[in-house]
Amino acid sequence: MITVQNLTKKYGSQTVLNIENLEIPTGQSFGLVGNNGAGKTTFFSLLLDLIQPTTGHIENNGIQVNTSEEWKPITSSFIDETFLIGYLTPEEYFYFIGDLRGQNKADVDALLGQFEDFFHGEILGQKKYLRDLSKGNQKKAGIVASFIGNPQVVILDEPFANLDPTTQIRLKGIIKDLAAKEDVTVLVSSHDLIHVTEVCKRIVVLNKGQVVKDIKTSTETLRELEAFFAG
Amino acid sequence: MFKRFASLQWKSFFRSANFGKSLAVKILMGFFAVYMLLVLAASGAGVYFILRKAVPDQSPMCTLSQYLIYWVLIELFLRYFMQKLPVMDIKPFLTTPVKKSSIAHYILGRSAASMYNLLSLFFFVPFCIVLLFQGYSGINVFLWLIAIMAIVLSINYLNLLINKSDKALTVIGGIIVISYALDYFGVFSIKEVFGPIFHGLYAYPITVLVPLVLAVFIYYINYKFLHDKIYLDATLKPKKVQANTSDLAWTKRFGDLGTFLQLDLKMIWRNKRTKSQVWISLLFVFYGLIFYTQEIYASMMPMKAFLGVFMTGIFLSNFGQFIPAWDSSYYSMMMSQNIPLRKYLESKALLISVSVIFMFLLTIPYIYFGWEALAINFGCAIYNLGVNIPVILYFGSFNKKRIELDQSPFGNMQGTSANQFLIMVPVLIVPILIFSLFYYLFSVTAGVTVLCVLGLIGLVLKNTLMDKVTGQYRKKKYGMIAGFKEKNS
Repeated sequence: MITVQNLTKKYGSQTVLNIENLEIPTGQSFGLVGNNGAGKTTFFSLLLDLIQPTTGHIENNGIQVNTSEEWKPITSSFIDETFLIGYLTPEEYFYFIGDLRGQNKADVDALLGQFEDFFHGEILGQKKYLRDLSKGNQKKAGIVASFIGNPQVVILDEPFANLDPTTQIRLKGIIKDLAAKEDVTVLVSSHDLIHVTEVCKRIVVLNKGQVVKDIKTSTETLRELEAFFAG
Repeated sequence: MFKRFASLQWKSFFRSANFGKSLAVKILMGFFAVYMLLVLAASGAGVYFILRKAVPDQSPMCTLSQYLIYWVLIELFLRYFMQKLPVMDIKPFLTTPVKKSSIAHYILGRSAASMYNLLSLFFFVPFCIVLLFQGYSGINVFLWLIAIMAIVLSINYLNLLINKSDKALTVIGGIIVISYALDYFGVFSIKEVFGPIFHGLYAYPITVLVPLVLAVFIYYINYKFLHDKIYLDATLKPKKVQANTSDLAWTKRFGDLGTFLQLDLKMIWRNKRTKSQVWISLLFVFYGLIFYTQEIYASMMPMKAFLGVFMTGIFLSNFGQFIPAWDSSYYSMMMSQNIPLRKYLESKALLISVSVIFMFLLTIPYIYFGWEALAINFGCAIYNLGVNIPVILYFGSFNKKRIELDQSPFGNMQGTSANQFLIMVPVLIVPILIFSLFYYLFSVTAGVTVLCVLGLIGLVLKNTLMDKVTGQYRKKKYGMIAGFKEKNS
C-alpha cells in the first residue's frame, strides 16, 4: 500500500507536482499517464527518495520513504538507462543486483530463464557491455533487473518506449502476470494509452502536476482518455 | 563554407561542458596554462646556452639537431595517447548539403590548429630568436623554423593515420628504446646519423621543401582515406570492445564488501579514465628519482616528507578525490537500491588501502638513498592509511560533478571543482607541516613517529570515522543525485 499525503514539489516558484491525497492499495496495477512535464517522473523520483518533497510525504507499506530506508528491500524500479552500469555485461549486472537483493547466482539464473522469450537472444551471452547495447536492449535488461529478488513494489517509467512491437506485446504479458500476483503492486507510466489501458486496473492522469482523472479501467477508458488528450 | 565551420568550432569550444566551470577553477587553470607556456618558452630560449655549455666544441645547432630525431619519435609516442581525429563530429553534417571533400578538409585542417602543435611553436620560436641574436643567418633560421613547423604538421597527420592500431604504438616505443640503448652503449650512434640530416635543414635552406612536401603528402593520404570512408558503418562507427565476463570469485572472501569490490575493480579496469589513472599512479613511483638523486634535496627532510605522502598516496588522491563521482552515471540507481552505504564506502577504502601498501612496497628500493627515505615513506604510508583515507572520503561527499568514465583522462577536467584543490590542503600539506614541525624541534625519528602515531590513531578510530563519513554521504544524497544528472557540468 502506497499513501501520498499533501505532496508538493516546487522549483523556485514553479510547482511541478501537487497531489493532495492518493492511495494505491497493495496488489493494484497502477498506470500513470500525462503529457511531457506533467510530473510523472517527478512522482516516481519522490517515491524512490531521489528528490526531496517540498511539503508532504509518501508512505510505502507504512514506511515514510524520506525518513527511513526500510522500503528499499521490497521496492525495485527501472526509471531510465542511468539505472544501468555501462561497463558491466548484462549477466554481471543481473548478478550484481541479485547480490544487493540477497539472491544468489542460481536464483538469478532461474529468474532469467523465465525471460528467454523476452530477451529474444539479444541480451545473454552476447559478450557485450551494457553501454554497447542498443537502447531497446538496454531497456529490456533494466526492466528484467527490476524483477530480481521478489519485490513487492515494482516501478517502471515508460517501459514501452524504444521497444520493438514483439517485445512490447511480450512486456504487456509480463506486466499482466506480475500484476496478477496479489502481493505485488506495479506502477507504470506511459505515453501509449492503448498499452496502459490494457495492463493497468487503474489509471491516473496527471496534468501540470495535478491529478485530473482517476479511472478504474473499463472498456470505455481508452475513449475517455483519448477524448481528454485530444483537448 | 569554411567560415561557417569555423564559427561552429568557436561555439563548440565556448559552449563545451568543460568551459562552463566555476570561475575560480577557470582562473586557476588559466594561471597553470600560462605558467606551463612560459616555462616552455623560457626553456626554448635557454636551451641554446645550455647546449653551448654542455658541448662547448660544437655549435648548439648541431647538438640540437642530433636530438631532433628523439623529439620526433617521442612526440609521436605521446600524441598517440593525447590526440585523436574527432571523426564523430562529422555525423551531423552527413545529411546536410555539404560536400564530403569540404567536410574532410575541415576536420583535417582543424587538427592543424590543435594545442599540441602550438606547444612546439612556443619552444622553437624563442629558440630561433636567440639564434638571430647570436648572429645566425636570418634567412636560414627562418626557413629552418618553417621546416620544423612542417615536421610538426607531419607528426600531427602521421599520428592521425597510425593511431588506429595499437601495434604502431609498440613499434614506436620499441624504436625509441632500441635507438636510445644503441646510442647509450655506443654500439651504433643514431644521433650521429640523424644529426647531420636535421642540421642540413638549417645549413641548406632549399631543403625546407623536403618536410613541406612530406607534410602535404601525409595530409593528402589522410584526406583520401577520410574522404572515402565518411560512412556511418566505416570511420564513424564507434569501436566496440568485446566484453570479457569475469566473476572475480576471490572477492567473495571479503563477504559483503565483495560485491562492491568486484564492481570497483571492473570499473577501474574497463574504463579508459580509471585505467589510465592506475598506470599514471604506478609511473609516479619514479618521481622520487628526480629529487633523491640531487644534492640540494639530500638534506631537505620536508621535501622527503612530500615525496613520501605523494608517492604512497598518489592513487589515494587521484582516485579518491573523485569518489563517488566515478559512479555518477548510475548514482540514482545505487541510491534507490538496497545498498548499505557503509559497505560501499568501505570497499573504496579497502581498495585505496591496498594501493597505499603496494606503492609503499614499490618505494622500498629508495633505501639506497639513506634510511631516512624509507623511514619517512613508512610514516607517510601509515598516515595515509589512517588519516588521509577517511579525510578524502569525507571530502568526496562534496563532489557534485558528473564524470563520464569512457573519456580519456588527459587534460580532462570533468568532475573537477574547487573541492579538488581544497582537498590538497589536508591531504598533502598538513602531514608535511606536522612532520617538519617535529623534525625541526627534535629529529627525523620524532617526525616519523608522530606520523605513525597519528596514522595508528586513525586506524583504531576507523569505525567511528567511517560512521561520520557515511552520515555525511546520507545528508548530501539529494545534492549529489541532482548534480550527477547534469551532463554539462
